[in-house]
Amino acid sequence: MSELIRVEDLRVVACGERGEVEIVKGVSFSLEKGEVLALIGESGSGKTTIALALLGYARSGCRLAGGVVQIGEHDMLALRESELQGLRGNRVSYIAQSAAAAFNPAKKLIDQVVEGALIHGLGSRSVLEAKAIELFRDLALPDTERIGQRYPHQVSGGQLQRVMAAMALISDPLLVVLDEPTTALDVTTQIDVLRAFKRVVRERGATAVYVSHDLAVVAQMADQIVVLNGGQIFEQSATAPLLKGPAHAYTRSLLAAARPDTTIRPPCGVAGDAPLLTIEGLTAGYGNKNPQGMPSIRVLEDIDLTVRRGQAIGVIGESGSGKSTLARVVAGLLSPALGGLTFDGQPLGGSLSERTDEQFRRIQMVFQNADTALNPMHSVGNILSRPLKMYFGLKGAALRERIDELLDLVRLPRELAERRPSELSGGQKQRVNLARALAAKPDLILCDEVTSALDTVVGAAILELLRDLRQQLGVSYLFISHDISTVRALCDDIVVMYSGHKVQEGTRQSFAQPPFHPYTDLLIHSVPELRQGWLESCGTTTCGTLPSLGAQAPVAGLCTFLNRCPVRVDGLCNHTAPPRRIIDGGSEVLCHHDSAELLKNQQDANSMTMGAYA
Amino acid sequence: MNNLIVKPPTAAVALALGKDAHATSWLGLVGAAMCVFWLLVAIFGPWLAPHPVGEVVSDNVFDSLSIAYPLGTDYLGRDMLSRVLVGAQFTVGLALVAAVLASGLGTSCALLSVVSPKWLDELISRLMDAFISIPSKMLALIMVSAFGSSVTLLVCTAVLSYSPGAFRIARSMAVNIEALEYVQVARTRGERRLYIACVEILPNMLNPVLADLGLRFGFIVLLLSGMSFLGLGVQPPDADLGSLVRENIGGLNQGAPAIVIPALAIGTLTIGVNLFIDRLSSRRSRRTGGH
Repeated sequence: MSELIRVEDLRVVACGERGEVEIVKGVSFSLEKGEVLALIGESGSGKTTIALALLGYARSGCRLAGGVVQIGEHDMLALRESELQGLRGNRVSYIAQSAAAAFNPAKKLIDQVVEGALIHGLGSRSVLEAKAIELFRDLALPDTERIGQRYPHQVSGGQLQRVMAAMALISDPLLVVLDEPTTALDVTTQIDVLRAFKRVVRERGATAVYVSHDLAVVAQMADQIVVLNGGQIFEQSATAPLLKGPAHAYTRSLLAAARPDTTIRPPCGVAGDAPLLTIEGLTAGYGNKNPQGMPSIRVLEDIDLTVRRGQAIGVIGESGSGKSTLARVVAGLLSPALGGLTFDGQPLGGSLSERTDEQFRRIQMVFQNADTALNPMHSVGNILSRPLKMYFGLKGAALRERIDELLDLVRLPRELAERRPSELSGGQKQRVNLARALAAKPDLILCDEVTSALDTVVGAAILELLRDLRQQLGVSYLFISHDISTVRALCDDIVVMYSGHKVQEGTRQSFAQPPFHPYTDLLIHSVPELRQGWLESCGTTTCGTLPSLGAQAPVAGLCTFLNRCPVRVDGLCNHTAPPRRIIDGGSEVLCHHDSAELLKNQQDANSMTMGAYA
Repeated sequence: MNNLIVKPPTAAVALALGKDAHATSWLGLVGAAMCVFWLLVAIFGPWLAPHPVGEVVSDNVFDSLSIAYPLGTDYLGRDMLSRVLVGAQFTVGLALVAAVLASGLGTSCALLSVVSPKWLDELISRLMDAFISIPSKMLALIMVSAFGSSVTLLVCTAVLSYSPGAFRIARSMAVNIEALEYVQVARTRGERRLYIACVEILPNMLNPVLADLGLRFGFIVLLLSGMSFLGLGVQPPDADLGSLVRENIGGLNQGAPAIVIPALAIGTLTIGVNLFIDRLSSRRSRRTGGH
């Protein structure tokens, strides 16, 4: 087999205010037919720019400045725009990160899937629709005959991403470019989508370029990996040797940052015994309230939680599990419908107006997105000085000294105080965000997905900083994340949430080996591992066969995980509410199964993968 | 007046060169020059006028440009230069005061309604909706017929007609900003409402508010000119630019400068202000990294 794709000395320039800047600096690689090549790197590494250059496309403000992009018999950089249009979506196709933004919400899925192929004249509508249905089946979509008749908002995010793959593959392209296709999905959904992609790519012998920042995902998909940084290739090799023995120091740092819990451990002996924050029977939600004061959409149901002084509690769950709402209630942004909060022995008001200044100071919140968490009109110095003036009345030299101290604490250079947020990098912004919370000398910091929007290496550095701060200052964290390895790197105790319920709570150690709650088990085993063949070997899946189930009894408090649970029992799970019980390892779960049953199921299913988690 | 005739070609040349960044800053400078020019005219005009505003100085009506009367004469033979110099202060002054008041009132109400409890927000919003449904010309006509024409009344009318629009725009921006995380952080920090409105929200919506102010200034100039054109604005012997157009309407078929000049003055004033405000906005957003 010969080279299908050949990229040689590709250069892309961006036109900035200060003239042209080279953002892709002479990149070369080649790919044989039927192979999958991964472009991996952090934001700004030029991976998406290179992927788009394969389609002969440069984003506005960018220009393909030189080099060769040869795809089959086509020299993409030499073709005219009209000729490129004939190739795009036909011989070369593209799968974007956000399927939700890539579909027209006003048209049926099937019309959008065949649209491109119809434009390129690849067959009649009926032939193409038959082919689309075949692709839907290969991609393991449910109800393949009729799913095309639905509109984009009527299918789930993971399904939409697979429909988009069908759209890209319907023209039997020479090359498929996948740009971070699973980044926006929950881990439990990602695993199904990856499996579907992999099967389709293998079966159809498609050649693909897979763009991602996640080495573990890439390890499942790719034959070749190209590691990029700052528009240059740092390392390029087959997947197995790269994972085993990375040659470049940068690749090693990427590998280390991919699983922070292997390098970072929470500090010992910081947590005290005195409870700092106690949450009892908390129910909260959004929407209009009924006469009993219950909101129409209930997001949290009967949550109990205790954060001790100096302790870090991690809250994990997928999107929609209510984890961020929990932080908003503690911060006072949302009033609870039922239940109460106690902070350091004093009742904590549900709304902001019921809280004292001292309580405001002692509870600080750090948001996920540092871009919107810092006021773009204020300088870093101003942002940090406000809580200092407000809570401690600092002025003049004392104020400046404390700002310098805070910048030192989060390891930022002191000159940064003069800058505005737009002049900082993502990691620097998140540090400023953290410094603002620390300025209040709080007892409890609520961290809402603080590392999710950051590159892995930068995120790992922030985690390390959080750990050191905890050791130094004895501050408590309520750390919210969707990523279990981040939580394990920082927290003593872990709470797993599923659709507003606390399904498991236990120490960090109890999450190292089974038994788990069935949902925790699914969550843990959906996180891709850094080895090839994990995708094929891992047992748990959400689309596998579940035990059959009769109709649900009209009982309040039935298990919410019922519809996805692989160990559900007909007649029990759908008729009675599950009890809370303590299982081996000391964690508390909300499940009908006892420790032995859970252990048996989970060891059977995961016996092949257990090694990596012990 | 000379620089007004010279400047537009320069802007056109800059545009023709196709250098966007340069063109906008050139246009901004032109706009700034127009604004400064009209501001100076409004302040010093009455002293510079060679003749008293109501004095008939020539036997020729609708005279063309000459050394003695640089802008010709009007329908009674009065010096047009003097009348424009004096009239500008009414148009510029009244419109500026009214636009700043309307925008200020609208924006303050918007900020108040965003940080206040829901019932107050509803009350303010519905009240503004009621005002917005009244056509501005109708309102002005009713006010004038009820209370008679005076300068204060004209300003009040303009503020009443244009602040609800400013409120709507400012509120929709403030609601979006209020949902952003830095405002949420400020709220959980225990900040007072006034601080959140003025320090966290206002600076981030100032660009569009300024652009809106410029637009509203233009509308108010047109409203006041329109009122004067109907004879309900500034009363004789004083005249604003709008009344100058109306009283000299008889010269239209002769193409007399007496009608062209005040019309041109209204045009350059509103265009100048808009160019200037645009430049201010784009510079502010560049400085903060854009939105």
